[in-house]
Amino acid sequence: MLKAEPRGWFPRWFWPSFAGPASIWLLLFFLLPFYVILAVAFGRLDQVFLTAEPVYNPLQWNTGPFRDVLGQLSDSRSIAQLTFVRTLGYVGIATSLCLVIGYPVAYFIARHAGRAKTFFLVAFVAPFWISYMMRMFAWVNLLQPDGYVNRILTALHLQSSPRLFLNGKASTVVMGLVYGYVPYMILPLYGMLDRINRSTLEAARDLGAGQVKTFFRVTLPLSRQAILAGCVIVALPMFGDYFTQTLLASTRQTAMFGNLIVSSIESSLVNQGASLVIVMLALLMIPMIYYLRSTKAAQEMADR
Amino acid sequence: MSASASSLRAWIMNPWAKARFLWAIAVAYVLWTLLPVVVAVAFSFNAGKAQTTWQGFSLTRWYADDVNSVWQNTELRSALFQSLKLSGLVVAIAVPFGVSFALALDRWRGRTAASVNFVMLFSFITPEIAIGVGLFLLFTQAIQPALQGFTAQVFGLSMYEMAYAVIIVRARLLSVGREYEEAAMDLGASPAGALRRVLLPMLSPAIFASVAIVFAAAIDNFVISQRMCASAQCQTIPILIYSSARRSPLPSLNALASITLFASTLVIGLAALAYKRASGREGKKATAVPVGL
Repeated sequence: MLKAEPRGWFPRWFWPSFAGPASIWLLLFFLLPFYVILAVAFGRLDQVFLTAEPVYNPLQWNTGPFRDVLGQLSDSRSIAQLTFVRTLGYVGIATSLCLVIGYPVAYFIARHAGRAKTFFLVAFVAPFWISYMMRMFAWVNLLQPDGYVNRILTALHLQSSPRLFLNGKASTVVMGLVYGYVPYMILPLYGMLDRINRSTLEAARDLGAGQVKTFFRVTLPLSRQAILAGCVIVALPMFGDYFTQTLLASTRQTAMFGNLIVSSIESSLVNQGASLVIVMLALLMIPMIYYLRSTKAAQEMADR
Repeated sequence: MSASASSLRAWIMNPWAKARFLWAIAVAYVLWTLLPVVVAVAFSFNAGKAQTTWQGFSLTRWYADDVNSVWQNTELRSALFQSLKLSGLVVAIAVPFGVSFALALDRWRGRTAASVNFVMLFSFITPEIAIGVGLFLLFTQAIQPALQGFTAQVFGLSMYEMAYAVIIVRARLLSVGREYEEAAMDLGASPAGALRRVLLPMLSPAIFASVAIVFAAAIDNFVISQRMCASAQCQTIPILIYSSARRSPLPSLNALASITLFASTLVIGLAALAYKRASGREGKKATAVPVGL
């Protein structure tokens, strides 16, 4: 007897209807907001009050204010460009540091933790459910002039007077970014390193490669995809981060691109804020799509 | 001192031992990530007002007693309730929507499903500030500004955190397969009955896990909550920490932050136990829960 086609048991509309609520939610609160961003950025400006008037018809869009923002970003003396370049620098350095710190830790948990593996896994997952604000707030208190970091450094005679870590130091902001986002780097790296088959490594060793050579010829090439994915997933939120900078420095000299967006929105220059968001998303589009494609490929590989 | 330092050095550099260097890095990493938080929690039990000097242990000063405790200070208490209300509502919307969306994706493998899924994953990796600004403009420019505040926070966050539930439940659906509900329908169950009596109970560990992770993510959310909030009434705990961290806060702020930490740890721990028990009963290897992403 032929087995009936299982699909036939459910009415055709049955499963698609399950996507309804979520699709409506995404349409209303994800896609529509982006359309409003476009409508505001390409909308009119009130001549007297300089308030934005969104224009919803794309045929009447006015690119003038948006081009002004682009002009500012390409003017090498403007604050906007300075902030933009600084953000690229911070994100670049912080992402590299995340990789330098994250890779050995992920490698250790995947290969060498032994019986302590569960402990290390819990310890490394913990930051995901500890509030980001609380983690930054903890550093604010530690880095105060009379905080523990200064006291320890003074007690060890590494400095004679307390250092003002929180007065607009770029290094503090970069440290904060690394601290905040490094778990997101470890996650894909650990996932990849844990999946590498031990027999592959043993084969390399049997063929005469030493520990170091096995690492460089086998492990590192196999984890290349995860390294890229980790860098993207760490760099994306860093690029839009504004709160780390505000908490740990809050000076003009350390302001990031996110601060630029927030300050234009908060000072009612919504038009400028919307344009800056468009610029940011246009730049991040390629890494975002790359990330989605690479995780999709990894997912399909895991399903097989 | 120098003798112990050189023996430590010898211990680390010993080429015959296994990965001591990596051990040292990993232990240092764990200390670096967790010690600051431990210190912050410890200061929520400080007897004095200082944030940087330990003045003795007091169990309830910043939690219940006094005029400045979480319970007595109106600003702190209102933030606590606001956070709980917000994350409760977000869980109540995002988890059912996410579960039903995961079912749709798994069973209705059309091109439309794939593109909606793409949009959802896109929403998940878009820098939050872009979503925050978009929602802000939607509520202030396009819709009634009166909706800004708590309602807008609920709408925006339930959209943003939905993806966690979808990802977790989909992973579970892959391991469950279709056989059970097909068997139920062979035995005469209606589609809705098979879903309710067979599939949903099998998904319950994944649903528990989604509730926990969405709750923890919502209670910690800062960017979207802050962009949607223009008044003191909708201030949540992260917003309050952000706005008062730099202007000499009291340890009761630590107490408030610690309460969120305890709450999410409790919820995540319970969900992990439930997940382990449910998947242990089936005698299968537990599907990895993608924590964080």
